[in-house]
Amino acid sequence: MIAIVDYGAGNVRSVQKALAFVGAAAQLTADADEIRAASRVVFPGQGHFGQAMARLHSTGLDAVLKEVVAAQTPFLGICLGLQLLFDGSDEAPGVPGLGLLRGRCVRFEAPRKVPQIGWNAVRATQPGSCLDPVLAAEHQHFYFVHSYHVQATNLEHVVGVADYAGDFTAAVRHGSLFAAQFHPEKSGQAGLALLRSWLQGDASC
Amino acid sequence: MLTRRIIPCLDIKSGRVVKGVQFEGLRDAGDPVALARRYDLEGADELTFLDITATSDKRATLVDLVERVSRELFIPFTVGGGIRSLDDMHAMLAAGADKVSVGTAAVRDPGLIAEAARTFGAQFLVVSLDVKRVGDRWMLTTHGGRTATDVDALDFAERMADAGAGELLLNDMSADGTRDGFGIELLRAVTSRVSVPVIASGGAGTIAHFVDAVTLGGADAVLAASVFHFGTLQICDVKRGMAAAGIPIRPVSRPPSADSEAALAKTATAGDAP
Repeated sequence: MIAIVDYGAGNVRSVQKALAFVGAAAQLTADADEIRAASRVVFPGQGHFGQAMARLHSTGLDAVLKEVVAAQTPFLGICLGLQLLFDGSDEAPGVPGLGLLRGRCVRFEAPRKVPQIGWNAVRATQPGSCLDPVLAAEHQHFYFVHSYHVQATNLEHVVGVADYAGDFTAAVRHGSLFAAQFHPEKSGQAGLALLRSWLQGDASC
Repeated sequence: MLTRRIIPCLDIKSGRVVKGVQFEGLRDAGDPVALARRYDLEGADELTFLDITATSDKRATLVDLVERVSRELFIPFTVGGGIRSLDDMHAMLAAGADKVSVGTAAVRDPGLIAEAARTFGAQFLVVSLDVKRVGDRWMLTTHGGRTATDVDALDFAERMADAGAGELLLNDMSADGTRDGFGIELLRAVTSRVSVPVIASGGAGTIAHFVDAVTLGGADAVLAASVFHFGTLQICDVKRGMAAAGIPIRPVSRPPSADSEAALAKTATAGDAP
C-alpha cells in the first residue's frame, strides 16, 4: 500500500488523483500503523511550516515519519513536505523541523516576486535520482508555488536546482528519500513522468 | 528560469462552457473538461474556470466540475465567480481546486482575504480587481464592472497583497473585450507597487498584446478567454511569439505522448456521452 500522509496540510487529494492517473492506488491516512506498514510513503504539504510541525507533533506523526525514513521505506516529500525534512525555517523561528536532513529554509528576497508561482526549469546537479529519466525525456519544467526555499548544509543531498534570480534547491535525495520543492501532481506530463519514475525506483531512488 | 504563464479562461454557465468554438477533434465544445484538456495539450500553463451561473444550484454544479477536472488534468487551476465566504473556498479546495479567485466579496469585506490567507495559505488566493479609469485615478468596480465604488484600485492592490493574496488578477475594464491590448499603464502602476505576481486580463487580440503585457506592463502571467475560445489565437503560437521576443516560456515542444493520445481518445468518448 502507498500511504499519503494526511495531516490537514493543503490539497492532498491532488496527489492521490495524480498517482491514480499513473496507475498507483494510494490511501490518504493519518494512522501511524498504516504509515509504518506502507510500501511507499508520500509526504505532501502546503501552508505554514510552524502550523504543520505543530500538527505533526500533536499527532505523533513526526516520530512515525522518522521511523519510516530510518527503515528505508521509499519516501516522497512534496513542497512543504520537503522543507519540513530539514532543521527549521525562517517562517517559524524556534520551531524545529523533522531534522532528517541538515539545513534551513529561508525566504526569497526582493526584488523577486514572492511567492514564486509558476513553471521553472529544473537541472540535475547529481546523477542517479528519479529526476534523471524525466529530464532525459525533455521534461524540464515543473510547477512551483513557494515563498521559502531550503539551504541544505550537505550539498550531496541536493540533486536538482532551478534558477529564480539565482539557483535554489528544487529536489533532494538521501538514501530512500526523495523530495521535490515543486508539485509533481500539478506539473502536467513532466510531473506524471516523475511520479512514474519514483514508483519504479527502488529504495535508492 | 521562472517562465511567464499563459492562462486560458473558460466561462462556465450551469456546468457548460459558454461561447465555445467548435475545435477540430473536439466532439463537445461545451464540455469544460474536454476543452480544458485541449488547452492543456496546446500548452496552457494553468486554467481558470469563471462561473457565471446565477441560479441557486450554482455551487453543486461547480463542485462537480472541479471534481472532474482534478481527476483528469494535472496542471494548476483556479475557480472564480461568486466565491464569497470561507465556506465557498473550503468547498472548492475539498473538490480539488488549486486556487480560488475572489472579486466583489474582497471589496465588500476587506477582512475576508486576511482570514482566508490564515486558513488556506496565500498560494490558494487570487484577488481579482476590475478596474476603470475615472479622471486621473484608477477605481475599483464590482459585479463585473457594473457597479462603481469609491475604492482606489492601486491602494486596494497593495492592501490585498499585504493581507495575504498570493496573486492579483488585474482586469482593465476599459480594455476588456476590445481586443485592443491589455491596459499597459494600469499594469505598470500595479506591478511596480506590489511584490506578489500579477496576472494581466482583458483586451488580448494579438500575440503582440501578450508580449507587451509582459515586457511593457511587467505581468507575470497573462489570462485570456475569447481569443482562445474562438480560435483566433492558439496558445502554442502565442508562446512561440513570446519566446521570439525573449520572454521565458514553458515550451510546448513535445509531440503528443501516449498520455495525451489517450486523453484525446477519452475526449472523444466523453463527447459521445449524453
